[in-house]
Amino acid sequence: MGVVFEEDASGAWNEMFSSPGQPRPIYERLLADINAYQPQELRLRSEQLARTFIDRGVTFAHSGEERPFPLDLVPRILGALEWDRLARGIAQRVRALEAFLADVYGEGRIFDEALMPRRVITSSPHYCRAAFGITPPNGVRIAVAGIDLIRDEHGNFCVLEDNVRIPSGVSYVIENRRAMTQAFSALFSDHRVHPVDSYPSRLFAALLAAAPAKALEPVIVVLSPGVFNAAYFEHVLLARMMGVELVEGRDLVCRSNHVYMRTTNGERAVHVIYRRVDDDWLDPLQFRPDTVIGVAGLVNAARAGNVVISNGIGNGVADDKLIYTYVPEFIRFYLGEKPLLDNVETHRLDDDEVRAEVLGQLARYVIKPVDGSGGKGIVIGPRATTTELKALHKAISAAPRNFIAQRPVALSTHPTFVGEGIAPRHIDLRPFAVNDGEDVWVLPGGLTRVALGEGELIVNSSRGGGSKDTWVLNDESIPFRGAVPPASARSRRYAGPPRQNDEYIFEQGEQ
Amino acid sequence: MSERGMLSRLAESLFWIGRYIERADDTARIVDSYVHRMVEDPFNDESATCRSLFSILGIEVENQRLRTGETLQTIVYDIENPNSIAGALNGAYENARRSRDYISSEMWVALNTTRNELPKREKRSRDFGPATYLSYVRERTSLLAGLTDATLSHDDGWRFLVLGRNLERIDMTARLLRGRVVSEENAPDWMAFLRASGAMEAFMRNTREINDANGVAAFLMLDRLFPRSVLYSLNLADECLVEIQPVGQRISSGDAARQALARARGTLEFIDPRQLIDQLPELLEMLEATCFRVTDAVTDRYFRHEDAVVWNIEEGL
Repeated sequence: MGVVFEEDASGAWNEMFSSPGQPRPIYERLLADINAYQPQELRLRSEQLARTFIDRGVTFAHSGEERPFPLDLVPRILGALEWDRLARGIAQRVRALEAFLADVYGEGRIFDEALMPRRVITSSPHYCRAAFGITPPNGVRIAVAGIDLIRDEHGNFCVLEDNVRIPSGVSYVIENRRAMTQAFSALFSDHRVHPVDSYPSRLFAALLAAAPAKALEPVIVVLSPGVFNAAYFEHVLLARMMGVELVEGRDLVCRSNHVYMRTTNGERAVHVIYRRVDDDWLDPLQFRPDTVIGVAGLVNAARAGNVVISNGIGNGVADDKLIYTYVPEFIRFYLGEKPLLDNVETHRLDDDEVRAEVLGQLARYVIKPVDGSGGKGIVIGPRATTTELKALHKAISAAPRNFIAQRPVALSTHPTFVGEGIAPRHIDLRPFAVNDGEDVWVLPGGLTRVALGEGELIVNSSRGGGSKDTWVLNDESIPFRGAVPPASARSRRYAGPPRQNDEYIFEQGEQ
Repeated sequence: MSERGMLSRLAESLFWIGRYIERADDTARIVDSYVHRMVEDPFNDESATCRSLFSILGIEVENQRLRTGETLQTIVYDIENPNSIAGALNGAYENARRSRDYISSEMWVALNTTRNELPKREKRSRDFGPATYLSYVRERTSLLAGLTDATLSHDDGWRFLVLGRNLERIDMTARLLRGRVVSEENAPDWMAFLRASGAMEAFMRNTREINDANGVAAFLMLDRLFPRSVLYSLNLADECLVEIQPVGQRISSGDAARQALARARGTLEFIDPRQLIDQLPELLEMLEATCFRVTDAVTDRYFRHEDAVVWNIEEGL
């Protein structure tokens, strides 16, 4: 036995061991394989992995510097049965969020039923009036979703947040797998791991399906803010693997509500824009007027139905963490289903009673701003100083709509290679779902992010996190499905709440 | 050939990748020929030699005493200077980043690792002299040129890259020869030029007179088979432009770039090679002007962006 596994004293769920020294059955094989390596050999391979990433330019930009996103040697494993349940839960959630977006940018049925006060929407920082009345041709506003999951102390997966604007990270899933199969090919011959490289073709198919009906040969582009964006590498990878052009705002021009790209042979029409530019920067006519990253006139072209912007504008309202607390209700209301995945226990601070209770014992909660991403602005109560808590108390009292409170969850830990040996580190999981309007497909596995600092709970790359290759094992006893929803739900997918005289919806239902 | 065209921005990046890689290669070759002279010739006037090197590369320097060390710093290692070797490779890298979805991943990795490796090579060359650095650069640029031809589809993007490469090559060969014409005693001799162009063996196979200045100039300018000669590069650049232009036009659309190339080719085609050396100064000037004109015309026609949009934000009432 070469490698020493440091014991887990955190009280969190350990993904690999059920008790010290006792691996969970699914990890037995991997543990035996890893134990066959000498620690020195592991270190060498770890360095080799890092080098491959630097040579290939697999980096993200952080404070003006290109850094590789560290890949940990020890893969994370999900069993087929567990994955099947997760994938169905994620697909269900995406369908519910689709229905919700269609509703708030359309009829507003949820307000009529008094399930949610209208002010919750109108006060959301990412609610976008410009999106009202823009109906995507195949009803899809969420072509790609990244649903962040964590596993709590009892081993239950729950949803931490929804990302249906421009979720990033899928390129690392693809690159991590490529690097791991090169560096540890032996591990893969011992396990039957679901491949991940079909993601770009799934995305391409979904974008093609989203094209305006009048486009006979739809032209798809990936719109990037440019080389200085943190995720530029990912934009390149996706464009390349889908075989479409990667454009920047200055490559596009709008004329009479049509969008064109500038080529060496004149202008060429564009029909679907997979945009990796935030709403705010997308169209200076509609949003921030002082930007030249986007394209003037884009939103009107979308409204005219000549181009599809994917993911849809205004999706940010679904990422709002106050609205997140309503998602289980959306699932019951729009889909008539029981939620397969729970939320983390969350308190709405716009409710006076709840707020009073939370403010009374702030140190017992995790407080998050409703529109933060990348771990920004999160205060972990039990670890905060009195000064921090005081400031937070003031901020919440001043603007209760801007915060939510959550029960502190000890994220599950996973053995991770950290210089001297293998020690437990906290992890989360971001699976990626692709919606083509017919079906929500979930990429097997997704991105496992790991907080490399000991005891650190925030896993984001901008906070020095790393990642793990995430394996979904193939068990033939379980039919592997891209999460097909139960038949009862099919009739109402993606098109929002059923309305009379809406042929589109009933056509969908009869298939 | 080209019906759909390609993104203008992408075409421009590829054109400049071609130019910058060639610039790094040619600069390394030229500096190499000078370093030989600086090190080997005991009667060498250091300052004048450096000045001649600067003038070849089109870099203006103040009227002061020039030192070899500083000169090499500016021309070889200074990454901020787009005319230096490191600067040119960095320029190629920056453009490759913008066209990373187009170029092959092998090309990208080669360029990325080259750029990452340069600081280490620079450190080493401070102890062992610039020769190792220069030979590393020439090796890598050859690798990049090879990957360009072997791993990219030979479509319009590739043609823009090859066009850039050949324009830069014409420009650099013209500059090299001009150095000799302008300051005869401080520039390396003709043989060093041949070596710098990698043309020594090819030239020797064709002639027995190694000290014939006119013969060397004629070879570098007019040879039809040697790929670094000016005429060869002019022809190749024109072929690229012919294939890039949209198909189906029976009447030419008045391509200013091809016109400039055609003039230069015409002049060189019909010159008497035995008299070449006498006309060399005017010819070289003409060639430099041609490169400028072609670049302008290609930029104008194919890379044209609309002027950056500026929004006037009106103050509230």
